[in-house]
Amino acid sequence: MSASGRNPIIRWDYVVDQSDEILAALWQHLELTLLSVAVGLAVSAPLAALALRHSWTTSAITGFTGFLYTLPSVALFALLVPLFGLTRVSTIIPLASYTLLILVTNIIAGFRSVPESVVDAANGMGLTPARRVLSVQLPLAMPSIITGIRIATVSTVGLLTVAAIIGQGGLGRLILDGLRRAFWTPMTVGALLSILLALVLDAVILWLGRVATPWVRKAPS
Amino acid sequence: MRALAIQLDELTKRFSPDGPPAVDRLSLAIPGGSIVALIGPSGCGKTTTLRMINRLVEPTSGRIEIGGVDVTHRPVAELRRDIGYVIQQVGLFPHRTVAQNIATVPKTLGWSSSRTNERIDELAALVGLEPEMLDRYPDELSGGQQQRVGVARALAADPPVLLMDEPFGAVDPIVRARLQDELLALQERLHKTIVLVTHDIDEALKLADAIALINVGGVLEQYATPDELLRAPANEFVEQFVGEDRGVKRLALSTVGQLPFDQGPVVPVDAEPAVARAVMAEYRSDWVGLVEHSRFTGWVPGTLVRDDVLLAELPRYPPAGRVTPASTLRNAMEVIMNSNSSVAVIDKDGLFGGVVTLESIRAELGLSEASAPTGPPE
Repeated sequence: MSASGRNPIIRWDYVVDQSDEILAALWQHLELTLLSVAVGLAVSAPLAALALRHSWTTSAITGFTGFLYTLPSVALFALLVPLFGLTRVSTIIPLASYTLLILVTNIIAGFRSVPESVVDAANGMGLTPARRVLSVQLPLAMPSIITGIRIATVSTVGLLTVAAIIGQGGLGRLILDGLRRAFWTPMTVGALLSILLALVLDAVILWLGRVATPWVRKAPS
Repeated sequence: MRALAIQLDELTKRFSPDGPPAVDRLSLAIPGGSIVALIGPSGCGKTTTLRMINRLVEPTSGRIEIGGVDVTHRPVAELRRDIGYVIQQVGLFPHRTVAQNIATVPKTLGWSSSRTNERIDELAALVGLEPEMLDRYPDELSGGQQQRVGVARALAADPPVLLMDEPFGAVDPIVRARLQDELLALQERLHKTIVLVTHDIDEALKLADAIALINVGGVLEQYATPDELLRAPANEFVEQFVGEDRGVKRLALSTVGQLPFDQGPVVPVDAEPAVARAVMAEYRSDWVGLVEHSRFTGWVPGTLVRDDVLLAELPRYPPAGRVTPASTLRNAMEVIMNSNSSVAVIDKDGLFGGVVTLESIRAELGLSEASAPTGPPE
């Protein structure tokens, strides 16, 4: 029997047959990505706030998030399984940890990019600190924060495929399945959809960011 | 809105406990409704002093009262909403339109949107902003326009006090001069108590009712009206700071109307020719001016004055130089220089108001100069 005949790059009848499973994997991939980035943002925000407020903590915080980023993902997944089992929690913790470096760095950079004169004027006009942060500094930090979210999301989509080894990982499961059976089609479908998902999410976040910061486009560069 | 006086009392600021003070026991009475300029070399603490008034900097010791109320007795956010604040870099919110920027304090105060919008239109007209600017973002405006928005935003809730930190420092000289004129016109109508920080002595002389000249370390060297500062500098530092040309600068501060009345070589048109000659001799003038029905009608060359001809029949030359009582002495001097004569006629609402000569200008400056300490002639 001929391998190239029985095992082409993609077999459309398989794709049609398995469409429910493929869509479920895609859906899980999207869900886990968004959850991981959301958790990452929720943890980054207070860390960045601490670093901005007490500048002596900045190097410790970026150092710690940098250290997390260097941990091998396979090892981290394996390490968490005894604690949380083959669950979403064991998947999301490592992925969220990897987003911290880029998110914390970009939130700090965003807030530091707000001109001092703007903060001074806000204080001088009697804005309370909370109002100043929410209505002046946060919006002006948004372009940098959005960039961070885009990078974090795209890299999470890619990293998530590795979580297939602990039974999670969305599209990664298709890739792993193909690898085990030396069967091209699921691998191709998993890889292509993962790339497509990354591109679509990137474009969507970029668009949302543009809508949220209308003043940026109008300004002469 | 009543004008509130500001009182600084033994105000001291140290940024580090053992360092030198940035502001050292500064006491200053700023009358309500006046413009007071804080001026001095960089590092003299003028900006620090300004920022202590709205508590962006907290004093180490001393007191600040606005309208008799200690500023530390009021919640800081509430205090600041009563004090307009304009800075050199303007500090407009780049993510908000011009209208939204102006609405910042009204919004904080919970004004209705109709009241706020009305106020925005009013302020745009007041500071000279085109209505179509209101929907633009600050980065789409020129520097001068941005500064106008800055002033409008500071005035939005009609605060009795306005603090301005080098407000016109970032715009070119032509725009700066126009914004300065506009500020003076604005102040004519609004009567705010304005504290202005500047490093430009000419700006201080032009805008301020009183100038506080502060030296490095926050020491007050002199607090006086512009004229007094130029006429009687308290010490060598003040003298150097205001510049060698303080005599010329004073010319821009005094007006023709402040000079003592000088009839000049001018007689009624029906005067005897002998009187005209006597007057010309007295003023050592080659010309005699004629006044008819209280109006100056022209100059007659002295050589034509004869006993057998009435003055009214002699040819008259229209006055080359005319000034009004509101003209500055500097204007008057320019008019005299350009008219190729030594005298300008004062036109007081169409009537003859005397003359101004280079001698009378020099006498005015010299007279006041005599009381001031003068250096050795160079």
